[in-house]
Amino acid sequence: MHTAPAAARLVPVLTVEDLTTVFPTPRGLVKAVDGLSFSVGAGRVMGLVGESGSGKSVTGYSIMGLVEPPGHIAGGRILFAGRDLVRQSRTEMRSLRGRAIAMIFQDPAMTLNPVLRISTQMVEAIRAHEKIPRAEAWKRSRDALGLVGIPSPDERMSAYPHEFSGGMRQRVAIAIALLHRPSLIIADEPTTALDVTIQSQILARMQLLMKQYDMAMIWISHDLSVVSRLCDDIAVMYAGRLVETGLADRVIAHPRHPYTRGLIDSLPSRARRGERLRQIEGMMPEPLDLPEGCVFSNRCPRADAACRANPVMSVSTYGAWQWRCVHPLNEGPVHGHS
Amino acid sequence: MLGWLIRRVLQAALLVLATTVIVFIGLHFVGNPIDILVSPQADSVERLRLTKALGLDLPLWRQYLRFLDGVAAGDFGISFVYGQPALRLILERMPATFELAGAAMVIAVGFGIPLGLYAGLRPESPASRLVMGASLFGFSLPAFWVGLMLIFCFAVRLGWLPSSGRGATVSILGVRWSFLTLDGLRHLILPALNLALFEISLVIRLTRAGVREVLPQTFVLFAHAKGLSDTRVIFVHVLKNILIPVITVVGMEFGSLIAFAVVTESVFAWPGMGKLIIDSINLLDRPVIVAYLACMVVIFILINLIVDILYMVLDPRVRK
Amino acid sequence: MSAKPSKANDKTFRRPGPMLTLVRSFCRSWSARACLAVMSVIVLAAVFAPWIAPQNPYDLAQISMLDAMLPPGSRSMSGMIYWLGTDGQGRDLLSAIIYGLGISLEVGVLTAIFAGIVGITLGLLAAYRGGWVDAAIMRLVDLQFSFPAILVALMLLAFMGKGIGNVVVALVVVEWATYARTARAAALVERSKEYIEAAICLAIPVHRIVYRHLLPNCLPSLIVIATIQIGRAIALEATLSFLGIGVPVTEPSLGLLISNGSNYMLAGKLWVSFWPGVALLVTVVTINLIGDRLRDVLNPRSL
Repeated sequence: MHTAPAAARLVPVLTVEDLTTVFPTPRGLVKAVDGLSFSVGAGRVMGLVGESGSGKSVTGYSIMGLVEPPGHIAGGRILFAGRDLVRQSRTEMRSLRGRAIAMIFQDPAMTLNPVLRISTQMVEAIRAHEKIPRAEAWKRSRDALGLVGIPSPDERMSAYPHEFSGGMRQRVAIAIALLHRPSLIIADEPTTALDVTIQSQILARMQLLMKQYDMAMIWISHDLSVVSRLCDDIAVMYAGRLVETGLADRVIAHPRHPYTRGLIDSLPSRARRGERLRQIEGMMPEPLDLPEGCVFSNRCPRADAACRANPVMSVSTYGAWQWRCVHPLNEGPVHGHS
Repeated sequence: MLGWLIRRVLQAALLVLATTVIVFIGLHFVGNPIDILVSPQADSVERLRLTKALGLDLPLWRQYLRFLDGVAAGDFGISFVYGQPALRLILERMPATFELAGAAMVIAVGFGIPLGLYAGLRPESPASRLVMGASLFGFSLPAFWVGLMLIFCFAVRLGWLPSSGRGATVSILGVRWSFLTLDGLRHLILPALNLALFEISLVIRLTRAGVREVLPQTFVLFAHAKGLSDTRVIFVHVLKNILIPVITVVGMEFGSLIAFAVVTESVFAWPGMGKLIIDSINLLDRPVIVAYLACMVVIFILINLIVDILYMVLDPRVRK
Repeated sequence: MSAKPSKANDKTFRRPGPMLTLVRSFCRSWSARACLAVMSVIVLAAVFAPWIAPQNPYDLAQISMLDAMLPPGSRSMSGMIYWLGTDGQGRDLLSAIIYGLGISLEVGVLTAIFAGIVGITLGLLAAYRGGWVDAAIMRLVDLQFSFPAILVALMLLAFMGKGIGNVVVALVVVEWATYARTARAAALVERSKEYIEAAICLAIPVHRIVYRHLLPNCLPSLIVIATIQIGRAIALEATLSFLGIGVPVTEPSLGLLISNGSNYMLAGKLWVSFWPGVALLVTVVTINLIGDRLRDVLNPRSL
């Protein structure tokens, strides 16, 4: 598997171009996602990082075609399997959802319907896309439960969600997401609500399955420590915009954007034990009241008149590494880039 | 499950006992029990004889035991008006009331759930606003007046439907039912609709509130993310979650329907136990009143018990 | 541009009293203002009935059997116009409705006052004392809620007989539990707050804590409940009177007027029960809408 040339692995499964998703509110149009572009390579894990309210979950819903009305995609393209998802009909999107693109959610306690048996919720997921007999769908569902490490899956099939622990429920949700071997999984903070030990078990299992089935994944999270362990690439969002993207280990080691730096510094780490935890000063601006110029300028220690003067439209590019900043950090040669 | 059931039944039995104490106290302290239990036409000799016969000269606790004994044997005395055992009079008329209340409940659920579902799924649409406005009226409208207006429209002016009585009935297992004949059904429509009015509003509001609560939940989003059709998400995932509270409340409301049937039966001259009790109150036929009260208490406690069990069966989270 | 906001600020700095604030925010919606206007008309008409009503419908000298069952808009022998027609005894229906409104409102308000006193006292007692007192009172509340209002009122009146006083007593028995539950819930929320703890630490007497601290903070939810319960009491009284077990014939409320008219309705004469019903409907709907609006404005958390 690892013999494939690196270039082939960079062929994107999904390309998002200039995506803008808006929510009309009584006080004005909120741009939850504003001109976002990134791509996810085949078999790679893209970490989509940002504070809550940065638009990272809305990005996930936009790809799935599940933006809550009256919110809608106002512009841009989402290219997947040779199609623009923004222009697909409802029926076409429905047939893609769960089959070609799957999504798992943050809170395993709320993801499964509390009044339906696990078997019902799995069998319906299969039969929504494949007209196969119920018994066959049942067998496949049971095997999927075994695959994600649920003990005695035969008995657990007829259980209700409340009879599972949080970690086990998330495994069930993952099993459902994997039923059709999708080429892309969108994971919206799937381990945030779990204990650290359960979290690493599930992360390990996910990594294994990803490799096994050659799936790509978008891992939406605010937790940089998980992202650095799991992700190949990273995209940092702030106030609906992309501020920095590149290879995960490089961006985390030498961030160019002050916001990325701030996120990394606010992680508690062993290296800086005893030191005061650092935080990014101030609050994310109101979506209807964004600062002029760079959206981060009101919280940025390096901001000056140039940042606030005109919008930082041009994305500074250095190979696949991009950032959107007038005064980037770590200027000079980039280590290890060839 | 069994332990819970036994505990629940014991609780119900205790409640019945508590109610007999309240009724007993009511009989003895609100008024002179002689006035309540003896026909007002009786003369003083008769009253003295009855005071002895009824044991009203005994200490209170022994009177209570006697009362309890009578209640246990289903003996509430003889109706002054009909000259028949009071309990039998009530039981004879009970099926008519149950039929009316049952029909009202079917109407309430049949209209309320679809309308509530629509109003919940499309809260901004004009039709939904209309439905919600109408349901506010359903809560405020005086039911007896609406009943009169229904009679005026459909019976007096249009002449489409009869204004009173049960119409032709069919007897099954010794009980007469109206809804099995066309004539009976025609008689049933107006009173059932009238009785259902409040209940429809209630079911609409409950269903709508349920939809608004369930729709934003992650499991609905996840169901969509699995690629299920909208119909399946709404009618399986959303509806099944809503039905549990709705069925519980509607079940509880069955008791209110039976109590409120008093009004509807008076308006439409429906020969149920509600009509009987109003006639009895106006004629001071007290044994019938006491027997009615006892029946209602038992009905309510039974309904509570049944709804609790139903809830256990329906909701997997409270089962076991 | 910069001068204007400061002027507006000056105004808001003169802080209006709590009642004024309440009235102001209540009146912000036009439907609320409309409801308030309708309610004022109803209350004023009922209070000043003897001066407003075209005739005194219970003064036998003023009514004539010859005018019985005249349709709306008819002219009486003496030239007066019966805007809403007359009833079976020749009474002007409009006057009868205005007098009847007074009786209905009287029952509603009296019930609210007495049920409020009983319910709030017991509710606050339950919240403040806790323990077995709380358990006993709440058991009683549960018992009250497990039987529908109409049944309880019916049974009480069956034993007590007709009369305005008896109707009020029956309605108080029906409604006290709602006040008790609301007062208790609101008081429990307040009780857990620090200022009550502070008051207890300062050894302020119990009645002072309850009436000076607990009660005022429970007031928003209680005002909402009271409004809705007045509407409920009026509707229930009308129902009981319609059934002939509420108010006596000498003091006809709206329900009794409707009942009187129902006999003529089968003969196609609708107005005698139609117009009192409209009056009842408008009254109850208006009260409910005011209650809804109050709930939005006061936003009591414990509802």
